[in-house]
Amino acid sequence: MSEITVYERPKTWTPDVSSHYCPGCGHGIAHRLVCESIDELGIQNDTIGLAPVGCAAMIYDYIETDFCEAPHGRAPAVATGIKTVRPDKIVFTYQGDGDLASIGMGEIVHAANRGMNLTVIFINNAIYGMTGGQMAPTTLIGQKATTCPLGRDVAVSGYPIRVSEMLATLPAPGYITRVTLSQPKYIIKAKQAIKKAFQNQMEGKGFSLVEVLSTCPTNWGLRPVEAFQWLMDEMVPYYPLGTFKDFE
Amino acid sequence: MAKGRITVLEQYCKSCGLCVAACPKKVLRISERTNAKGYRPVEQFTEGCIGCAMCAVSCPDAAIQVFKEQE
Amino acid sequence: MARVLMKGTEAIAEAAIQAGCKYFFGYPITPQNEIPEYMSARLPEVGGRYVQAESEVASINMLMGGGSTGYRVMTSSSSPGISLMSEGISYIAGCEIPAVIVNVMRAGPGLGGILPGQADYLQVTKGGGNGDYNMIVLAPSTLQECVDLTQAAFDLAQKYRNPVMVAADGFMGQMMEAVEVKPSPTRDQKPDTTWALGFMRERGGRKSLLHSLYLAPEPLEDHNQKLQKKYQAIRDAEQRCECYRMEDAEVLIAAYGTTARICRSAVNNLRNKGKKVGMIRPITLWPYPREAFKTIPGTVKRILVAEMNAGQMVDDVKVATGCAYPVSFYGRTGGISPSVREIEEQCEKLLSL
Repeated sequence: MSEITVYERPKTWTPDVSSHYCPGCGHGIAHRLVCESIDELGIQNDTIGLAPVGCAAMIYDYIETDFCEAPHGRAPAVATGIKTVRPDKIVFTYQGDGDLASIGMGEIVHAANRGMNLTVIFINNAIYGMTGGQMAPTTLIGQKATTCPLGRDVAVSGYPIRVSEMLATLPAPGYITRVTLSQPKYIIKAKQAIKKAFQNQMEGKGFSLVEVLSTCPTNWGLRPVEAFQWLMDEMVPYYPLGTFKDFE
Repeated sequence: MAKGRITVLEQYCKSCGLCVAACPKKVLRISERTNAKGYRPVEQFTEGCIGCAMCAVSCPDAAIQVFKEQE
Repeated sequence: MARVLMKGTEAIAEAAIQAGCKYFFGYPITPQNEIPEYMSARLPEVGGRYVQAESEVASINMLMGGGSTGYRVMTSSSSPGISLMSEGISYIAGCEIPAVIVNVMRAGPGLGGILPGQADYLQVTKGGGNGDYNMIVLAPSTLQECVDLTQAAFDLAQKYRNPVMVAADGFMGQMMEAVEVKPSPTRDQKPDTTWALGFMRERGGRKSLLHSLYLAPEPLEDHNQKLQKKYQAIRDAEQRCECYRMEDAEVLIAAYGTTARICRSAVNNLRNKGKKVGMIRPITLWPYPREAFKTIPGTVKRILVAEMNAGQMVDDVKVATGCAYPVSFYGRTGGISPSVREIEEQCEKLLSL
């Protein structure tokens, strides 16, 4: 009898640090999946990440690759600059819904429209986390947030934006998929999508975006396990899981 | 069924309970101890781990290592 | 390369290419459109790449990304576009990324007009973006100087890991003059792999992190002190100024850019009439050439600041001279430059006091 290691901390995950994220926050899972993908593809020394503004602003404290911060929403533009100069490197942005779908909507649309050979990890948890639970462009209709205490009113704030579906209307982007982290089976699928989004870039295939439905237990006011249940019950019906484009 | 075991890196655990919910064999629970951050780390409290790593897959803090016996 | 007749914007663009700039991120705005146009045609010929951004907000952030690799990169814009870039410039300074920005200034405020102006002076020398940062600002007064300062900008940006602006104005951009664009001796300078992104392997697996975020107060203050030390080193080493016929002058004109060109003619005309007038011409608007102002001769009684704005440089002149002279101002706005005659009249008025 011998023993094999089934799971250990990814090599690209910064050793000896504990993240600043709240207990049960999906960011940690998504970071881990990014690290695992980088490890498995053997690209740690060739990867450059762009940190967003928001809860994941300090993503560079947890992932051992080159990193640059980006002003709020501008990561796709900064990534475009890097990839223009260094097409031989693997460049990814990691952005939340406020960063990507509100203040940075222009930059993501145009990076996607150029078909830039980039990887975008888009975390949609339907709220502004870092600033304390304000309404996001992805906050659901009727969902309460600190700037819509009675729930999102479409007459005032419009409808939650389905980023993946919207970007999939463009001809240039190659791979657009929506996954979630709510149970191990979905996390395994999310991992496959994230890894594929990096692999696409290695193969020079073009723009890849993985929208990851995630939770914010603290600002949603739910326990972590309840938060993932709420995600399945409330978010998934509005933000259906699935692949919207795959280089067809 | 293969026999497995886990090591919890207690200093990283935030007692979120996602692994407890994910475990198909229900062998995990939140312990009574506290770590340096004041969280109660998860622990395996009974036999039956099959080394499926669903706990580690669910962990936001990469706090669980999983091992499995092999013939 | 012999002297050739070139338009200012195109001379700046070719100067950048001859300085080894292979990556340009552009967005159209008058009066600088020939720079992105020239770059889009010329860069592919030298193995470079041009990207047209969706906005100035995007182009400055593309510049930040390009600069983070340590290679020579540039963008250009004009006043309202520079306003949009100000956030990005603050981040570039905070992250200590070398980058060159050309500003072909036009008249403001707001959308203003498309004719020349110098009313970005305070914005580009005193901040524009948030936080304690400084950007090196170079103000050419001839097209040859546009060429030379553009090339110097790349050296300064890399030397100090800082944004550098070439602050030309619409006249500089749109006029034609004979220039010589020589290859810069530093054009093949390799990125500094100790910090540039994309060289993790060369660093033996050590990652490089470019950021301005420090949530804890002490590290942020440390970061600020490090930046301030750098800015002081730049103040000590990089002031540039021209003193023109300053000896025995009684009235001294302080002017830069196109206005200094006009003032030079006025000085010559007045000197021909035996009037004792000289000019001090800041070439670096930041760092302000305070050392040169210390060499003002004892004969000077009054200083006239002349600009294409409402007097934005006046305070800097007063500070640089310790308020030792009465300082008058003459300026035109709206896209109008002072005429040589107007400057002469102002000087004669001051000489008669």
